[in-house]
Amino acid sequence: MTRGSSKAWIALGVGLVWFYLILWPLMGITPEGLRFIPSLVVWLKVAAAAFVLVSLHQLRTAGALEFIGKPTTAAWTEIRKIYKKVPVRVWISVVFFLALVFPLTTGRYEKDVAINVMIYICLGLGLNIVIGLAGLLDLGYIAFYGVGAYTYALLSVHFQLSFWLCLPVAALFAAVSGCIIGYPTLRMRGDYLAIVTLGFGEIVRLILNNWMSLTNGPNGILGIQPPGLYWPGFSGGLTLEYIWLKKLNYLYYVILALAVFTIIAVHRLNYSRIGRAWEAIREDETAAELMGVNTFTLKLLAYAMGAVFGGLAGAFFAARMRFVSPESFTFLESAMVLSMVILGGMGSIPGVILGALALIALPEAFRGFELYRMLAFGGAMVLMMIFRPSGFWPAKRMGQRSEERG
Amino acid sequence: MTVEPVLELKNVSAGYGRIQVLRDISLKAFPGEIVCMIGANGAGKSTTLMTICNVVKADRGDILYRGNRINGIKFSKLPPMGLCQVPEGRRIFPRLTVRENLELGAFFRKDSARVQEDLDMVFDFFPILRERANQKGGTLSGGEQQMLAIGRALMSRPRVLLLDEPSLGLAPLLVGQIFNKITEINRQEGTTILLVEQNANVALKVSRRGYVLETGNVVMEDNVKNLLQNPDIRKAYLGE
Repeated sequence: MTRGSSKAWIALGVGLVWFYLILWPLMGITPEGLRFIPSLVVWLKVAAAAFVLVSLHQLRTAGALEFIGKPTTAAWTEIRKIYKKVPVRVWISVVFFLALVFPLTTGRYEKDVAINVMIYICLGLGLNIVIGLAGLLDLGYIAFYGVGAYTYALLSVHFQLSFWLCLPVAALFAAVSGCIIGYPTLRMRGDYLAIVTLGFGEIVRLILNNWMSLTNGPNGILGIQPPGLYWPGFSGGLTLEYIWLKKLNYLYYVILALAVFTIIAVHRLNYSRIGRAWEAIREDETAAELMGVNTFTLKLLAYAMGAVFGGLAGAFFAARMRFVSPESFTFLESAMVLSMVILGGMGSIPGVILGALALIALPEAFRGFELYRMLAFGGAMVLMMIFRPSGFWPAKRMGQRSEERG
Repeated sequence: MTVEPVLELKNVSAGYGRIQVLRDISLKAFPGEIVCMIGANGAGKSTTLMTICNVVKADRGDILYRGNRINGIKFSKLPPMGLCQVPEGRRIFPRLTVRENLELGAFFRKDSARVQEDLDMVFDFFPILRERANQKGGTLSGGEQQMLAIGRALMSRPRVLLLDEPSLGLAPLLVGQIFNKITEINRQEGTTILLVEQNANVALKVSRRGYVLETGNVVMEDNVKNLLQNPDIRKAYLGE
């Protein structure tokens, strides 16, 4: 092999030995006795793949792959040049247009996934305010999603209120609960805050689970109305008729509108005075306070704003599933949203959108490997932390203004 | 006629938990003067400033600002009152641009036109900051960061500026530059400056009066001339 490459081979060898030591107890110890063949087969496959990868890496460092590498980098820089030439507005319009025509060209399943992705985009962007901007690690974010969902569910089932009326109410309730949770907890910083929010997230779920008379406990709430709309009808002259937006197409457009609203709102917040102050708090809380930033109020505001978007997404979720139960609001969901924000790039709107796409749409695309989902998840996270520690699409400079671009 | 001090500490004691750091500290700063507080590591210099700003709570004693007691006022309320601190170790916002750092100094101010003027004023004062306006704060050199921290505090149009160790970690040449700027601020804007320094040499050169702190006590208080001639001071703080 090439010069200076022995280190990589030694590392590979050590890694493979270590891998087998983990693998064998997992696969080899069975009720029927000790087995070696299945674990060895898997091990050999992994070893072969690793061998190929390391060989490729060695060839690359030795410069043997330049005949492929050079044209690719050249093409890549060309693509970047073209990308830079087209104004951002055009790209946004293209993406928006694609999102608009998406349900017209795809089936039920794809639309379903797309709706899910957009719910998570709203959630991710909401959490992004709390984590990416204000720098508060919140592990119980899904509680606000739950509050929003149950607000609409209860109002719809008991009072037959319309979705559109309940949407702001759900947002308000989520914000209020955000303040209630935030008020005692936001005196804490860092890890302590994370643990307390984790606890509060669980408390909300447990309340939903156990307050039988209000929430019907683990059985959930059935019979939630979908969003409705007055639509001009032409049967017998022009009349306005009320239709339920049950079809996936309609629901898709509702959540698209919500997602666009969230994106615009978060973008505006990002560039506002308040957004700036949040960033200052994230950078150095004491210094921010010494500069006259009222950190407590602003942190509470960040918490409440984040909760608002969680509440909106929750209300939509209830209207779309037409059923809610506490199972949808477990810690795993919080962790999912958190991973989206971190994977995509903290504080970056396109990053969070990409993160939601990656974590919701990709597992759907690879349904065949469902068993290995968590493994792939963990692996992807590790790779991310090595190669792109600040996310897929890191925030360039949050709060950057137009004259600074380019 | 006697001039009222703009900032006064009367028998202030403070500490962290059970450890008492400041013991009966009294000091005064009169309008338009530079007062310095010198002392060794751990003498309580920074704690004094932190106590003034209520980051550390005063256990006993009064802190008077323009004749009003300000003990227990939340420290984010102080810059609007004209009392601003440049904390030790600069503590700029590393991932915000220089301009944003400065704008944050004026966060509580609603008069955006005047803020813009003040921004220009700070840029005129520290031309290097104008050059670096769109750079992230964390990419500046130590001296530039100190200028940024001072500039950020100036953006709040302070009546009294509390400076905590502006010479920390700077090359001697830069220390000279920073202190020139400090005297300039004092002269041009009439800002009262309470300066905390380990580097007694430079601090005493620019100040009018000085306090010497030792293990939480004010052991000496005099005008700078007398302090500079005091053999004890010369021995302990000026390296003779």
